Amino acid sequence: MKLTLTEEQEMLKKTARDFLADKCSKTFVKQIEESETGYSRELWQEMAELGWMGLALPEKHGGGDMSFLDLAVLLEEMGRACLPGPFFSTVVLGGLSILDIGSEKQKQEYLPKLIRGEKIFTLALTEPGYHNYDTSSVTVEAAPDDGNYTINGTKLFVPDAHIADYLLCVARTKPKDGITIFLVDAKNPKINYTVLKTIAGDKLCEVVFDQMPIPEANILGRLNQGWSAVQKIIQRAAVGKCCEMVGNIQRVLEMTVDYAKERKQFDRPIGSFQAIQHYCADMATDVDSARFSTYQAAWMLSEGLPCTKEVAIAKAWIGEASQRVFALAHQIHGAIGVTIEHDLHFYTRRAKAAELAFGDADFYREIVAKEMGL
Amino acid sequence: MDFSFTEEQNKLRQEVRNFLEEEIKKGYWEPACDAWVQSFDTGFTKRVAQRGWIGLTWPKEYGGQGRNHVDRLILTEEMLRYGAPAACHWFGDRQVGGAILSFGSEELKKEFLPRIVKGEAYFGLGMSEPGAGSDLASLQTKAVEDGDYYVINGQKTWASCASFANYFDVYARTDPEVPRHRGISEFIVDAKSPGLSRIPMTDITGTEAWNDIFFDNVRVHKRYLVGEKNRGFYQVLHQLDYERSGMERLMGNYPLFEAIIQFAKENKLSQEPVIRNKLAQLQIEFEVGRLLIYRVALVMEEGRAPNWESAMSKAYSTEFENHLAGVAMEVLGPYGQLMSGSKLVPLRGMASHSYLGSKGYSLQAGTTEILKNILAVRGLRLPSS
Repeated sequence: MKLTLTEEQEMLKKTARDFLADKCSKTFVKQIEESETGYSRELWQEMAELGWMGLALPEKHGGGDMSFLDLAVLLEEMGRACLPGPFFSTVVLGGLSILDIGSEKQKQEYLPKLIRGEKIFTLALTEPGYHNYDTSSVTVEAAPDDGNYTINGTKLFVPDAHIADYLLCVARTKPKDGITIFLVDAKNPKINYTVLKTIAGDKLCEVVFDQMPIPEANILGRLNQGWSAVQKIIQRAAVGKCCEMVGNIQRVLEMTVDYAKERKQFDRPIGSFQAIQHYCADMATDVDSARFSTYQAAWMLSEGLPCTKEVAIAKAWIGEASQRVFALAHQIHGAIGVTIEHDLHFYTRRAKAAELAFGDADFYREIVAKEMGL
Repeated sequence: MDFSFTEEQNKLRQEVRNFLEEEIKKGYWEPACDAWVQSFDTGFTKRVAQRGWIGLTWPKEYGGQGRNHVDRLILTEEMLRYGAPAACHWFGDRQVGGAILSFGSEELKKEFLPRIVKGEAYFGLGMSEPGAGSDLASLQTKAVEDGDYYVINGQKTWASCASFANYFDVYARTDPEVPRHRGISEFIVDAKSPGLSRIPMTDITGTEAWNDIFFDNVRVHKRYLVGEKNRGFYQVLHQLDYERSGMERLMGNYPLFEAIIQFAKENKLSQEPVIRNKLAQLQIEFEVGRLLIYRVALVMEEGRAPNWESAMSKAYSTEFENHLAGVAMEVLGPYGQLMSGSKLVPLRGMASHSYLGSKGYSLQAGTTEILKNILAVRGLRLPSS
């Protein structure tokens, strides 16, 4: 057992932190949030040159051949920096899924472009009225049409779809339990995008497919058997979100403790008051426990071990732990923390979005209950 | 990061489980909550000793096995999982032996460590006093030099395991003139010393949980001074880090956890969404706490005393134990109030016992408030209040 990073991971962490400190200031984040695309093409290309898109993808496709655990370290740093853009969509939802279930031909076609930063990917899974990532909530239909398929229906909360080159679209191909994933050219004129205005300032979209034809060759994985792949994608995405959240709340703890040391009232730093000290202690406990449970899940996923329970524990825990952290962070920061000039809101807004993404605490508690045999 | 155990560690865990299951099968004892601190069974302690499972991390020259802190955590985790009656050796194994190893003279090490390892020397603690709880440095018990001896006078309280202890690890003031942290020393005192007397105290579960210990001109030879004179307060801080470090803070009432899950399953209560949700939340909290405690063992393995890390894990974990006891009472409904021995009592009375007992979990070995102070000031470097 070892709960520290390897030397290589420490280096990756440091490189990422330095790079993002330089390139991803809060002024930049604000600017990107207000932009239409929600990312900077220039920064995207630099990240590709650093090898980040391909970090956990095979060398033969141009990747870095590192593990999901290594990627976890990078995601943590991105969470810490509030990095805007389609990295999560492209790599965690797109690239790793293609690696998992794509044919050799599909991998050769798509992964090198993804790794070079040329193409953006995302996952179109959830829909209006969806409930708890359940197979029955997939109603977008891909109807067989002369050996090919026609996709119809609306996907919702699809991250970065408006700028994506490819969508991994989860569609129903058989009335009961027949789910198939299609790799869709996102620029097809039969697809309509509306960018939603979100709490995190990220770009979640409504995606409407209107009689869009798609060749059978674009099926990713197995026809009608896609749901187990979707579950794995959700699981990995949940852990990925946890990693970002660890970076987020770690930074918020540091900001809050620093503030408690500097801010004076009654002629002394507020951090010398026991009430504030105990709040900070509670925050640190939530942050450390979230970190260990997250990395446990990431490690198991990385090792290919069965980890349904551990992933559920990590996401259920961090969802609620992060909300406790923010309640206290705001309380300690006082009024300055609720102003738009202060940086805290960048974290507050993202943490709420991440809590909801890929299953909240109630969703995962039910999974834990099942794993306990209840 | 690596969350796996070595093959050797998995083997150790299995050996401990086999041993404990065999013990239960033979009817030697029943799993019980708080058995690590309340169930005294010299036979059990000797059988554990025969397997080399006391002083597991200590050097071989003193009878230990030279194994690492994660190994020991695996061992104690299993002891607690089965609610094993380990109270005779727990304190010596967990902290007093370690204190002697860290600070004691060679003579003290040779006298005590092999006997703890063999399951022959049982320790109680003489730290708290009626006027010195969280503020331990204000303790008033005095030790005055008299030739080759110290003469101890005063009163200690909340001494766990005191009825069965043959020795006490006692902190007393040896220099009243200096600032109070710098005038305290640590002694090993024979429980049979003339002038030492005990009065048992009963806790709200009805258990004899502690003793008051009175020292009336108790003479202790100077060779039983542990470490340097007047350095006792710094030594006790070190020892408390270890006292707080372990799995007993999370798993003190673990037998209740297993029992209430089983009960909910058997009575179909686990189909009820509210109960499912509560039990799953407990499981999540338990597994998260377990990681915080393994972190502490890894800190020790790096050769550091776990300080704010064990304050964190202990504060977190006793909250889990309290939560568990509360949920168990809720799941049992009106049956929860029945005490051991009553007609219709469920789960052998573990829930009501644990509910009452859990009120002390967040007080012993440092209150949650003191632990949060430690975490804030020493871990996060916030200014002292």
